[in-house]
Order: sequence, then C-alpha cells, then structure tokens
Amino acid sequence: MTRCFMEGSDLVARVVKLCKPDVISAYPITPQTHIVEKLADLVADGKLKSKFMEVESEFSAISSVAGACAAGSRTFTATSSQGLALMHEMLFASAGMRLPLVMVVANRALSSPINIWNDQQDSISQRDAGWIQIYVETAQEAADSVIQAYRIAEDERVLLPIMVCMDGFILTHSMEPADLPNEKEVQEFLPKYNPTHAILDPKKPMTLGPFAYPEPYFRLRKELSTAIDESREVISEINEKFAKKFKRKYGNGLIEEYKNNRKMAIVSMGSVVGTIREVVDSRNDVGVVRIRSYRPFPKKDLIKVLKDKKIVIVLEKDISLGLGSGSVFSEVRDALYSLKKKPKVVGFIAGLGGVDITIKLINRAIEHSEKMKDGEVEWLI
Amino acid sequence: MADINFDLLAPGCRTCAGCGAVIAARNLLRATGKDIIICESTGCLEVTSSQYPLTAWKVPWIHAVFENAASVAAGVKTALEAQGNDHTQVIAFGGDGGMVDIGFGAVSGVLERDDDIMIITYDNEAYANTGVQRSGATPFGASTSTTPAGLASIGKKQWKKNLPMIAVAHGSKYVACVSIAYPQDLQNKVKKAMKIKGARYMHIHTPCPTGWGFDSSKTIEVARLAVQTGMWILYEIEDGKFKKTMNPELKPVEEYLKMQKRFKHLTEKEIKIIQEHINKTWKELDNLEKSGVNLRTIL
Repeated sequence: MTRCFMEGSDLVARVVKLCKPDVISAYPITPQTHIVEKLADLVADGKLKSKFMEVESEFSAISSVAGACAAGSRTFTATSSQGLALMHEMLFASAGMRLPLVMVVANRALSSPINIWNDQQDSISQRDAGWIQIYVETAQEAADSVIQAYRIAEDERVLLPIMVCMDGFILTHSMEPADLPNEKEVQEFLPKYNPTHAILDPKKPMTLGPFAYPEPYFRLRKELSTAIDESREVISEINEKFAKKFKRKYGNGLIEEYKNNRKMAIVSMGSVVGTIREVVDSRNDVGVVRIRSYRPFPKKDLIKVLKDKKIVIVLEKDISLGLGSGSVFSEVRDALYSLKKKPKVVGFIAGLGGVDITIKLINRAIEHSEKMKDGEVEWLI
Repeated sequence: MADINFDLLAPGCRTCAGCGAVIAARNLLRATGKDIIICESTGCLEVTSSQYPLTAWKVPWIHAVFENAASVAAGVKTALEAQGNDHTQVIAFGGDGGMVDIGFGAVSGVLERDDDIMIITYDNEAYANTGVQRSGATPFGASTSTTPAGLASIGKKQWKKNLPMIAVAHGSKYVACVSIAYPQDLQNKVKKAMKIKGARYMHIHTPCPTGWGFDSSKTIEVARLAVQTGMWILYEIEDGKFKKTMNPELKPVEEYLKMQKRFKHLTEKEIKIIQEHINKTWKELDNLEKSGVNLRTIL
C-alpha cells in the first residue's frame, strides 16, 4: 500500500491495472471519462499487459468487452452519460448472458440540453438492466469498489455485471489523498477469473445468447431476478473480507449509516453524502443513510434503519420524468410502506446538471422538510 | 459428399424450407472446421438455429444483439490473443440487415482497425426475419413490405449498397463475393481467407424463397441465375487486386427477375434500367481487372 495524493480517475485507473484485465475497450464520447486515457498510457508505457481496444463507439465498447468476457477474459470499460445511454441495449443483453463485466460510470447529466456536469440520471435510468450498481462517496471508495466488483461479479453465486458509479468531476477530476494498494495485496484478494458457465471454447462448444420462447424466457428472467437479489449477501460478505485485508469498510456493503440515531435521516447516494456528513456534524436532529448498492436495492436494510424516524428526507440527483420525483425517493418510500407506523418521507431533487449542493441548501431542505407533507417532493436550488 | 450428420450445423434447424442462409452456414462450416468461434447478429439464422434449450451449432457460438456481431467478434478475438491463442478463427456472421445497415458502424470499426477476424454477410436482400422489409442490400425495383410495389411505386428506388467495395475502401486484405449456388468456390474462398491475417470480408448471396417469392425447391436455381445474369458477381479482391472468379456469358436479367414475385410488377422500362446497370457494372469491373489497379494503394 502507498499513501498518495491523486486525481480520482488516475487512482481508479491504477487500481484497474492491479486487477489485471486481459482486455480494456473504450470510446471517448462527450462527455467522456479519462480513466481509460490513463489506462492507455499505462499500456503504451508497457506497465500494463492488457490488450487495449480503441473501438468506434460506446456501443462497441460494451459489445467488445462482452465478447471478450464470453471468451473467458477479465475485462474493463468505463463510460459516462450519453455513452451509458448508448450502451442501454447491451446492458440488458450482457446481464441476461450472465457476463461478469466491470464498468466504471462517471456520473454525468443526460441531454437535452447537453451538459457535461455531474448528476446521476444516467445510471439511475439503467437500474432495470440486471446490473449491480454501486454508488461511491469518495475516489478511494471508487477504487476499492472496483477491486470488490471483480470479486463479486465473478463469484459463482453471482455471475452478473457490475457498474461502479462515481460522480463525474466531483470524484473523477478532483485530487484526494488515498491509499493505493500494491499488486500483491490485490492479487491475493482477487483470484483469477475462470468461467465455466459461459465460455466460448472450440473444445467444449457452447451456445450463448440463444433465442427463447415465452416460457423459458419467463423462467430465465426469474432466475436473473433471483440472482441479483441473492447477490446482496455476497456484496456484504466481500465488503467484510475487503475490510479485513485492506482495513477499509463501507457500511455493510449495501448501506452506510452516519449518526443515524436522530429523529430525522437524510437518504442519499454518492459524493454529496460527504457534504451531508458536514451538515449532520453541525446539528443534532438529523443523521444520514447512504445507499451504496442501489441495485440490488437494500430494502430490508433501509426498513431496519429508517423505521423509527419522524422524517426521512431523500435527497437525490435524479428525476424520473412523469413521476414527479426521483426514483430513489419512490423506492425508499415504497420500502417503508409496509410499516404500521410510517415515517414521513419527503424528497428533494438536487444537483441536476452539476448544480452545487451546498451546506446551506441542505440545511434549508432539512428545515423545510418539517413543513412538507408526506410524499411531497421539492426542487432544491 | 459429406454425411450431413457430420456437419457442424445440425440438420433440422427451423429455417423455412429452401432457406439459402442455412446452406451458406453449412458450407461455411465445412470450410472452416471446428477451430472457430461464431459471433452472430440477430436475424433469420440466429432465431432458427438457437432455440433454447436446443442448438444446431456444434461450434462455439454467441449472439448478443442485432448490430454488434462485428464488435463482439473483435472482443472475442482480442481475448484469445490476450490468452495466447493464435489459432482459433473468429467469425462475425450476420444477415444483410445486421451488417449492411444497423451493424455497419461496428463492421467499419473492425475493418478500420484491421482486427483479425472474418466478417461474413449472408445476404437475403431484406429483413426477412421480421417480415421482409427493405434493407440497404435490397436491389432496385424489389417489392418489400416497406417498399411495396403499387400504382405510384416501383418498389425500392435505390441500388443495392455495395458493402464488399466499402470493405476494400477500408483497406481489407481480402474481400470476396460468393454464392450458395457455387459451394466449391465458397469453400475455397473461405479457406483462402482463413490463411490471411487481419480483417477480411465475405459476402454470400443467399436467396430467400419466403421473402423473394419463389418455390422452395428453386433456391439454388435462383442463386445460380443471379450469377449467370450478373445480378450477383463472383469476385475476390486479394491484397487490393480485383479478379472475377466466374466469368459467364451473361443471360438476360429478365430470366432472373421473372422467377420472383418481388419483381413481378416491373415493366419493360425498369427491366431495361436494371439490364443497363448490370452491363455497365460488368464492363467497369472488367476494366478494373484489366487495369491491374491495386485498390489498397489508392486508399
């Protein structure tokens, strides 16, 4: 392990290198992430032995890593915003084929209007694809989550693709002090990928991605749903094992609480939780619960830690157009619906297109939440 | 003649009777042997050969979505290279819709990067799987479900998109046009292509009784007439050098057109336009061959 002061993208790229993917494939859509540029540098300097594919679109980036993974290789790609949207069709297909891909998403706004700054509409709108989605708070967590992601995705009990979602600019472009693990530590934690469930090998011919009639299709979708549900346990388990080895831990892997023994709780995802922690430290009426695994959704964990709250404030960088709220809000509220004594749940849509979410704004939201009715949602700017 | 049960594509896969695409696939596999991986686009052959939990494929085979067979194949090949496998051939295989139209970007990407795979289009000149809509590869004058012939329509108004020549324009070291009516030529060209490194392109003409409107017993006859009338020209472009590999005395194109329902509305006027187009193309290609121009050096 080395203590360093590094840009988020650089840190992630260096950790990807330690995970030794065979194949990296990427395309620089607008807005893009420079994680892959750093990786290209490492390959060009001979420091990384991966094959680097310079494909002609984000769609081919995801398609080529899917092909490489089906041929038995560990892969990596990164994307952002429009690029993720372009990948949409293959996100569903690769999950259905049970390909344990790992992709970093630098969260940024979607067109239109075109905007290159941070929010989480891009990955939240891909929530139904069958990918595990981990939202991180710091660049350190992004890097750590990449290591965990390979271990989770490739676990025989899971075999699903994972996106590690890190806030664009806020985490990808800023410098922060971090621990960079060494190669030996990562190799000890991460066994070699050795697939048997889906592998293109002329010695053992297998048909992958077939056509299915309604009944087998229905059964396979149910299997997929069960698989992602059951991955909760593995995500928690790997989070514990990671903590043992690297001395860093992210809640129970699914959610993370901070001073959550107060009458109100803010529920949020990603880097804004850092700011919320500051607010929480300055008050005595509110704590914070960070959703780390948005898919699978930590319903039971949320019920457990929110059931006695007077007010639950969901603050998110997302809007589900036509729903009038963000998706996280509606899902948190749904989770709490089964309680006999329900907390009041209010929502704030914040930070879209990179609008700064300041301490002042968060305090305003907390104070305003007292006056809001259950189910009410406001735009915070 | 090989015993059909020893083919690498099992008999009884659920294509229409007289399907040209499945004949193309079978001949392709006879030439490649077992050490290959097929990456298929969504399409006729994909839905009829991979009906879960059954499969007709005795070689490793993957289908992801419609427009990405070429990029999936490039990924597969790159993984094999990373693993130190330098012998397994990877083939992106798809219909004209998947290669000429929606997957064109992926095809172009592979050709430009010169990824070491073979891209093979089986061309039934329409989106036959979804009800015979027009594709970029549909010929001029053909009636399809999206270019129906009518009082104010002659069918498709444009000429066929020429993907083989577009492949050459990318610098591909080997490009070939083949037909299921000439299986030996098809297999020879596949074998030759397999010895070449880099992105190679082959285009197989595969008549479709369902989409074109002819009796399912006439598939090979239609395919042969396409070649004999110059509607489909067998050639190869090896390292930039163009060469016709079949040089028949051309029959009138009307013989080919009249066999098919999709052309039955054409009047003398349109048939003449098509005949003139063939004559011109045929002559230009002769000139190209005689000139000895290397198409790769003029890139």
